[in-house]
Amino acid sequence: MSSKDSVGGTLKVALLLCVVCSIFISSAAVILRPLQEANKMLDRNKNILAAAGMYDPALTPEEEVAELFAQFTPRIVDLDAGEFLDESRLNALAIDPATYDQRSVQTEPEFSDSLSGEEDIAGLKRRVRYATVYIVNDANGEIMDIVVPISGYGLWGTMYGYLALEGDGNTVKGIGYYDQKETPGLGGEVTNPRWKAQWPGKEVYDASGDVALSVVKGGGQGVHQVDGLSGASLTSRGVDNMIEFWMGPMGFGPFLKNLTNN
Amino acid sequence: MSVDTKSILIKPIFANNPIGLQILGVCSALAVTTSLNVALVMCVALTVVTAFSNFFISCVRNYMPNSIRIIVQMTIIASLVIAVDLILQAFAYAISKQLSVFVGLIITNCIVMGRAEAFAMKNPPVLSFLDGIGNGLGYSVVLIIVGTIRELFGSGSLLGIQILPLTSNGGWYQANGLMLLAPSAFFIIGFLIWALRSLRMEQVEKDEFRIAAHTVAEASH
Repeated sequence: MSSKDSVGGTLKVALLLCVVCSIFISSAAVILRPLQEANKMLDRNKNILAAAGMYDPALTPEEEVAELFAQFTPRIVDLDAGEFLDESRLNALAIDPATYDQRSVQTEPEFSDSLSGEEDIAGLKRRVRYATVYIVNDANGEIMDIVVPISGYGLWGTMYGYLALEGDGNTVKGIGYYDQKETPGLGGEVTNPRWKAQWPGKEVYDASGDVALSVVKGGGQGVHQVDGLSGASLTSRGVDNMIEFWMGPMGFGPFLKNLTNN
Repeated sequence: MSVDTKSILIKPIFANNPIGLQILGVCSALAVTTSLNVALVMCVALTVVTAFSNFFISCVRNYMPNSIRIIVQMTIIASLVIAVDLILQAFAYAISKQLSVFVGLIITNCIVMGRAEAFAMKNPPVLSFLDGIGNGLGYSVVLIIVGTIRELFGSGSLLGIQILPLTSNGGWYQANGLMLLAPSAFFIIGFLIWALRSLRMEQVEKDEFRIAAHTVAEASH
């Protein structure tokens, strides 16, 4: 038996290989981390801008994203109370509004509550307690845009997106999905600009303050109706449910009411 | 370039194509070919990983204890794949999101493992490196053909540029939804293999058995 095939030789090679490979991988990870984080941020900012109708991947140059996004102020909302978290509570919870990622705390018991079957119309299982909203103020400090994150089950998986509302907390400015697994060509058309073009101008709440905005089959003429996607009833229903959930009392309903009453 | 190195580089493209003849690496060929852009990045990623894993494995081949040979190969391949994944996330974020798990799955791609075991273990580093490039190119040729067909007929575009105006956007081309689903890649790869074997008859496998002539019925008469 040659020395490389002895027990000692085998162990030596294995150990050496592990050390070399782990140093290689860890240094790659450490060196590239800042770039990856910046990319993730840029991607998120683009999605928010796209929902608000301020970004078109074909037209807007990458460099302008940061400038456009600078108009948005990220704020954290306590969904149950329906109001912004103040400085002291943010510190107590160790949340930084600029980097808080509600998708990553979706399953953590300190940050989310489980939903009963009746409440869980969007198929989320758990709902976060605190959500980030992005606000644009005009020169006088009046709120112009509110962009809220929405999510819910479609046909194949959970769809994630943003809904942009005007300052009245009622008129839709735009919608955009950035992560979905729907069937390409059918449900996947939720990302089609022609379908999304129906949303601006629709109103979320009716006169009595209930969520009235819905995705319907055929037509979609009224101020509260959006035409569903053809050949994708379940995806359309998913979109409908997530609007009802996130705009309703379990979602941003209380927050939007407080905001517009003040 | 000697005849030997040239054949190592060129042969895997048509004569010994890893997908066409060896039918390896088909899984990722189905998954990443819905758009040409993504397919191209996957081609580069796989070619780089195969070339460098061949190179490093060949460098250490004489020190490799036989009993942990496969583990050593896997560790080297896995390290390279993780590095490629990290680099993609840093420099091509949008595409790395579309490739998602399939970059990681290069680790289990039979082409990488197969070349390491079949070539790099027996040959010097530079030749092994070229063999990796060659096999990566062979894989790339198939991916590019499949990706072109699927994106053109499935979304009416190439590299994201609209070529056939879709009816859903007011044009005349009714997109073929099947092209965006995995089964279409099976059909296309099947047709490619058929075409390749019609052109190069030597690639057709010999029958494993022949149905014997029917003799019992005649005997009973």
